[in-house]
Parts: sequence; structure tokens; C-alpha cells
Amino acid sequence: MTSLTGRRWAPLPRRRPARQVPPLLGLGVPVPKTSRWVLRAVSVAVPLGLWFFVSALGVVGKEFLPSPGDTWAAGWEMARSGQLADDVWASSARILYGFGIAVVVSVPLGILMGAFPSVHAGLEPIVGILRYLPAAAFIPLLVIWLGIGESSKVALLVIGVVFFNTLMTADVVKVVPKELRQVSATLGARQGEILRKVVVPYALPGILDAIRVNFAVAWNLVVVAELIAAESGLGYRISRAQRFLQSDKIFAILIVIGLIGLAIDVVLRLVRDRIGRWQP
Amino acid sequence: MRLNAIGRDFGSTKALENISLEVRPGEFVCIVGASGSGKSTLLSLIAGLDAPSTGTITVDGARVHGPGPERGLVFQTGALFPWKTVGENVAFGLRLLRLNRAERRDRVAWYLAEVGLRGLEGRLPKELSGGQRQRVAIARALVCEPSVLLLDEPFGALDCQTKDDMQVFLRQVWKDTGTTILMVTHDVEEAVFLAQRVIVLTTKPGRIAAELDVDLPGHRDLLLKREPDFLKIRAEVDDLVRAHM
Repeated sequence: MTSLTGRRWAPLPRRRPARQVPPLLGLGVPVPKTSRWVLRAVSVAVPLGLWFFVSALGVVGKEFLPSPGDTWAAGWEMARSGQLADDVWASSARILYGFGIAVVVSVPLGILMGAFPSVHAGLEPIVGILRYLPAAAFIPLLVIWLGIGESSKVALLVIGVVFFNTLMTADVVKVVPKELRQVSATLGARQGEILRKVVVPYALPGILDAIRVNFAVAWNLVVVAELIAAESGLGYRISRAQRFLQSDKIFAILIVIGLIGLAIDVVLRLVRDRIGRWQP
Repeated sequence: MRLNAIGRDFGSTKALENISLEVRPGEFVCIVGASGSGKSTLLSLIAGLDAPSTGTITVDGARVHGPGPERGLVFQTGALFPWKTVGENVAFGLRLLRLNRAERRDRVAWYLAEVGLRGLEGRLPKELSGGQRQRVAIARALVCEPSVLLLDEPFGALDCQTKDDMQVFLRQVWKDTGTTILMVTHDVEEAVFLAQRVIVLTTKPGRIAAELDVDLPGHRDLLLKREPDFLKIRAEVDDLVRAHM
């Protein structure tokens, strides 16, 4: 290379070619459908198998680790007596109210925060602080304020969800492209019309994402609230079972909570994908 | 449309200075300039998305105070509403005017046919090619019957062949609808091919450096780009842009 003068360094070293990576371990490489289902089955089967195995060994006491059989029996007993359905309904009703109120408050508030920088500036500091206060720490205060009835549990859910959902909604609304707002204005849309007909529809899938994430939070909190003060609900049933060392019952209820959560997540995801099907 | 000594400052930097320009009804004018010439700023001032620091803008004798459908704007990205179908995108401005369904349908159908998208009204933007998206954006602005159509680098993100097709298409739309068009581009060939008049802007601040009447036949096809007359004007504008970078 005589034409490129002034280079005083040796040629760059070359690295050996990268090793072939098996397809399942490729960064971001999609997994074939069958492998995906196998992996999903494994993720449930391994812990379940471990549970069977350890409890069958008999090295751990029944009151610490109930066998899958006992757990199934305890669950079946609760289901047959109708107690399980009552508890599920009691917890669900609290979520319906608490989470419902939180969504009704936080979504409009978040939209306003995301759409109007002035509202954002005015609310962000206080909402940001309140979000960091652990909701469970409010339980004693709520019991003092509202007693141990339904309202204290509903209030806990509202406190635990409303601030997160407000800020997450605001973040989604904030990233609506400026050009969409501008082009709407040049087509004759007024402020309110841009907000209703452009900003909100564009942000809707993201808002549903926030709701889905925070629904899991609500489902967690309702059980926490019932552990401490309640006469019904899945959390209450767990704390009752604890008093009589009925670990099998506790296990059964935990599994029910997990399954309900999974079912709701799947439904919310389907709804979200349907509403967001326009996304690339 | 008349721009009267327009200036726009951003803090202490002048983006545009003393721009005076008149566009006659039905005219096709292109503004060219290197990046940093404030071309896009100028369009957003006319669109009413931004206010000039000095000077006034009048369209149809009325001063511009904000955005409105009489000054339709098309962005480089198209800025289609991604959750709306092609038909719903085009109908957006008509719905705001509370036109009933039948009136909307007729107009949307006419403009979709005009931009060559008949039969695609049910598609979502994500199912369209880049060129098709720009056609929708143009139809969406035109259906509002603007006094002037403002185009901000509308073909800047398209590949060369599509770009050529879109230029021929835009000439046709201009002839069919008689709409006044003011377009901003950095592509000199495009400007000369499309416009009756080319305005060259300087950079930092953007001022009008030159104005050229494009003395080419009214009917233009892609072969024109190889004609000596075309190449001569193109070279002339190229030199002007470079001289004022």
C-alpha cells in the first residue's frame, strides 16, 4: 500500500471466526413452535417434579412440605365445600372495586400528565414520592382510619396501584409522536379533538400494558391485606390455615392464586394484542 | 399566499431572515437549500405550527395564526394514524367537519382513486409500502381542499425508483386538482423536475439567495431528466445551492 502514505502501524490483527452457536442459544433467534412448547412444559414440570421427589423422600415434615397428593386433597375439599369459591369471590370483589377505582382515577390523570407538560410538572413530584411509599406500610394506618372492613382493603389496593399506573400511563402518552399531533392540527383538529381522537387511541395499547402489569400488583396486595385483617378471602384462608399448621391448604391456595393470575394475564394479553393489532 | 419579511429566531440564532415570497394560486414552487437553511422551519411557519419572530404570512388574504386544513402539510414520514385504515386516515379531516357518511365516502373514494390507491381503503398503514404511505398522506391533506399544499421532503425516505414514480405522480395530482403546491426538498433534480419556480435558500440564517423560473414544458415525464435543457437548469441550481452553503 504505497499510495496511502503516513500509516506507521502494523496491519490490524484478525480474530478467529466465531464458533457456530446452536439455534436455541442464539441471541434473539426465534425458537421453533415445538421447542417453545417443550420449554414451556419443562418450566412447569421441573419444579413440580422436584416437589414430588422431595416430598416422596420423606425427609421433610408434612407440616413444612405437604405432598402433592395432600395438597390436591385439601384443594379438592375446599372446592367441594364451596369455601374456595367464596374466598375467590371475596378477593375478586375487593380487586374489582379497588383496582377499578385505581384505574378510573389513574388513567385519565396519567393521560392529562402525559399530554400537558404543565400538569406533569405540577403532579410528578408528589406522585413520584407517593409511589415510593410501600403500600403494605399503610395497612395499620388504614385500619385506624377505616376499620377492618372492606373499605380499608379497597383503599390499600387503590394506594398500591394508583400512583404507579398514573406515571406509567403518563409515560406512554408522552411518547405519542409530535408529528401526529401536528398533522392532526393541520387537518383541522382542535386541542380536545387531538387528545381524544389521536393521543388516546395511539397510547391505548401501552395503557393496557400498564394496566396488565399493575393488575398483578393488585392481586398481590389483596392477599397481603387479607393476611392481616379480614374474615374472608384467599389471604384470610391462608392465615387461618397457618394457625392450624395446615400447610397443604396453604399450598393449595397459593396454586389457585397463581393459576387465577395466569388466566387473567392471558386474557388481558389477548385483549391488548387485539386492540394493538395495528402496531408494526 | 404571501410571506412578508419573515424571520424566525431560536434564542440568539437566526434560522430564517427576511423571507419575502408570493405564491400564486395554482402554482408549483419548490424551495431548495442545504441542511441548516431553515427549509422545514419555513414550512411549519406557513402551516401555523410555529410563529414567525418577525413578519407576517397571509393565505387567501387572511393572516395565519395557527394550523388549519386550508394549509395541508405532508411530512417526510407521512405521519399516518397507524391504528386507522387508509380510508379512515383520508376521512379524518372530513369527520372533523361533521360530514355525513355518504359525503365522506364519495370524497374519500375520489381522492384514493386520484392517488392510485383504489381498493386499498381497508388496509392498515403498516401493510403499505413507503410510497403508498406518502400517497395516503397526500390524499388525506388534499381531501380538505387546501388553498396550498405544503410538502416537507415528502419523498426523502424513498428509494430512487419509487421517488421517480412519486414525482411523476405528484405532477399528475397537481394538474388534476389544480392545487397550489409549496414543496421543500434538498434534492435539486426533484425540485427542477417538479416546480415551475425554484427558490434557493442560504444557510444560517436562511435567506432567499435566488429565484429561478423553470422554463421546461408543462408535460414532464422521466425522460426529461436526460434532456440538455433540464440538465442545464439543474446544474445552475446545483451551483447556486453550493455557493450558498
